[in-house]
Amino acid sequence: MDIRAQLSMSFHMDKCIGCHTCSVSCKNVWTTRRGAEYMWWNNVETKPGAGYPVTWEDQDRYRGGWEVSGGSLRLKLLKGPGKIRSLANIFFQPNLPTIDDYYEPFTFDYQHLFNAPAGDDQPTARARSLITGDFMEKIVLGPNWDDDMGGSPLYASNDPNLKGLSDSQKEMLTKFHKLFFFYLPRICNHCLNPACVASCPSGAIYKRGEDGIVLIDQDTCRAWRFCVSACPFKKPYYNWANGKSEKCIFCYPRTETGQANACAHACTGRIRFVGVLLYDADKIEDVAKSSDERLVEAMRDICLDPNDPKVIEGAIKAGITQDWITAAQNSPAYNLFVKWRIATPNHPEFRTVPMNFYIPPLSPILHDSKAGSGGVFDPISDEFFNDVDKMRVPLRYLANMLSAGNEQVIAESLKKQMAVRMYVRQQRVGDVGESKVKSVLSDVGLTAQDCEDIYRLTALGTFQERFVIPETHRETMTTVEPRTMYEKRGTIGFGTKKQHLVSRTW
Amino acid sequence: MVDTFLFGGMPYILIMIAIVGSIWRFTSNKYTWSSQSSQFVENKTLFFGSFPWHYGIITIIVGHIVGLIIPQSFLWWNSVPVRLYILELSGLALAFLALFGLLALIYRRLTNTRVKALTSSWDVLLLIVLLIQVVTGIGNAIMYRWGSNWFAAEASPWFYSIITLNPDVSYIANLPLITKVHIFNAMIFIGLIPFTRLVHFVVINPYKYLFRPYQVVRWYSRSEKTPNIVQYK
Repeated sequence: MDIRAQLSMSFHMDKCIGCHTCSVSCKNVWTTRRGAEYMWWNNVETKPGAGYPVTWEDQDRYRGGWEVSGGSLRLKLLKGPGKIRSLANIFFQPNLPTIDDYYEPFTFDYQHLFNAPAGDDQPTARARSLITGDFMEKIVLGPNWDDDMGGSPLYASNDPNLKGLSDSQKEMLTKFHKLFFFYLPRICNHCLNPACVASCPSGAIYKRGEDGIVLIDQDTCRAWRFCVSACPFKKPYYNWANGKSEKCIFCYPRTETGQANACAHACTGRIRFVGVLLYDADKIEDVAKSSDERLVEAMRDICLDPNDPKVIEGAIKAGITQDWITAAQNSPAYNLFVKWRIATPNHPEFRTVPMNFYIPPLSPILHDSKAGSGGVFDPISDEFFNDVDKMRVPLRYLANMLSAGNEQVIAESLKKQMAVRMYVRQQRVGDVGESKVKSVLSDVGLTAQDCEDIYRLTALGTFQERFVIPETHRETMTTVEPRTMYEKRGTIGFGTKKQHLVSRTW
Repeated sequence: MVDTFLFGGMPYILIMIAIVGSIWRFTSNKYTWSSQSSQFVENKTLFFGSFPWHYGIITIIVGHIVGLIIPQSFLWWNSVPVRLYILELSGLALAFLALFGLLALIYRRLTNTRVKALTSSWDVLLLIVLLIQVVTGIGNAIMYRWGSNWFAAEASPWFYSIITLNPDVSYIANLPLITKVHIFNAMIFIGLIPFTRLVHFVVINPYKYLFRPYQVVRWYSRSEKTPNIVQYK
């Protein structure tokens, strides 16, 4: 057993209102530089929707992630055994998305509003490309281009998660009384089996042993661009101005000192939870090779119970400090994903073993016009607890997105969320009925205490309860540069001085 | 006199510039050490430029290096005329492949506004040097035939005299102008390495990829530098 710690973020999709405050705070802190304007290390997508970059989930197109072939794991990008195939494409990568798949970064010519000569018409601020500096004919794409367009046949119908849905289920895109959409906030998943690390010819990308954050060594990166192609979540971004790839750094300069990530800290809906997971690194390969049906379960198995004395003993032996173990015991990530089993990983079928978890969103029960109601749409069922499959967002859709197609995992989570609501309603309003609540709780396998805890964390959680982030004690770690905080000064988290990041000289 | 300076003195100056300059840039400004790929902003024309250019030029450069270091190998191979023709013709074909790629790359730099915006003056200088190099190389191959044979008698001894610090320009002195341009331009190319994107092939790191396990983990608290989580079969 090789016990390691991993920082993990969880997202309560039922609470996300799609306000993009997370994206904006991330952008303001990290990516307001030339070459990085188009990057959104944190972005929020409307689902169903095509996403950013467009249809990133379609791995037939981008060939990201892993596949099991002949009993062993292969990078999909390699199209077969052996790494030599990968290096053969080093001069031109057939599966690399280009900036047109994200969007051409632009600003507006605001000065014209002030400087325009007097005329008959109002002056306008035309869009100007941030790459070429030329005026743009029109803006054709943006980072949240299909925001709130969940019912649009133009955008949402391109969503790869819709595959396998029946025609009547697909009516959630077109029929008004069936329409529903929700938001998917995304940062880098800091996977246990990262495809970006595995594809980097330079060895510039690495996973940090202590906290599991995946970083790109900016001094070693040579712009071979494999990480962009190999990552199925398209979270490494290519800096077109400086010729280096960059990615979400899990705000490690903040988490190292125990502060919450910029995105999580800023979240107005308080949908984000950050905590520590202890896992057994020996099992990563087995987990990544599990069958689609079993993937989520296998990912739960690899996480170790931080209250088990054997695990604690092993963790101390592996060099994990006591404050990290304490953090793991209070970890919202462990509770949501493993203990209560209401959170699931995003696209586990890419087999990178992603370490961010999502609580799938509830949606209204489907409506139908009944005879005798005068054409008014009524819910087709009043049984909200048992009829999770009659919700507007089809289980199949959520399962395609959050559990490698296993609908049971999603149904379990949705039922548990309903059960907690019924439990709390019985406590507050008292119109559900004790016996009904009891049968519901035993049905989903939650205790009254669990319900209290889930309610406490997801509805009332304080800052300290939502973000349990132990300090990294960087001052004791001297093997990797920058060795001292003095050297780190002005490096904006890259390990490289800021002036080098600004412009390309060579 | 001019020959002595250009082919007896300049090689040392330019090689020193390449070595000292590369060390200086690697130690002081490693962040800029990159291939500066522009595929991300334009990838349609690049396909017709980058692939033929790299595969053509790398094969030819390897041929040149082998010829310079072990000229006997070429002489042995060329001892049968048919093999000489095969070698020269495939070399010429590869050179045209590289030229085609290079022209596509130059066309792309000149016409695509995005790529143009990312082009530095060093890039322009580099493309000019490369174009001269490939054109004079093809000119040599066509006008002064069977270079793979006389290469061994002219360029290789001169190369040996340079690396043994005893420059003898008499081997070069009587070569035709186009060949001299080819050789001198090659030295300019070497001198440009530390100042341009050419650095991308100096510290070639992709080869390590073939031998390392997929995953890389770095520890701050442990002494071993990069133990790996998983060994994939």
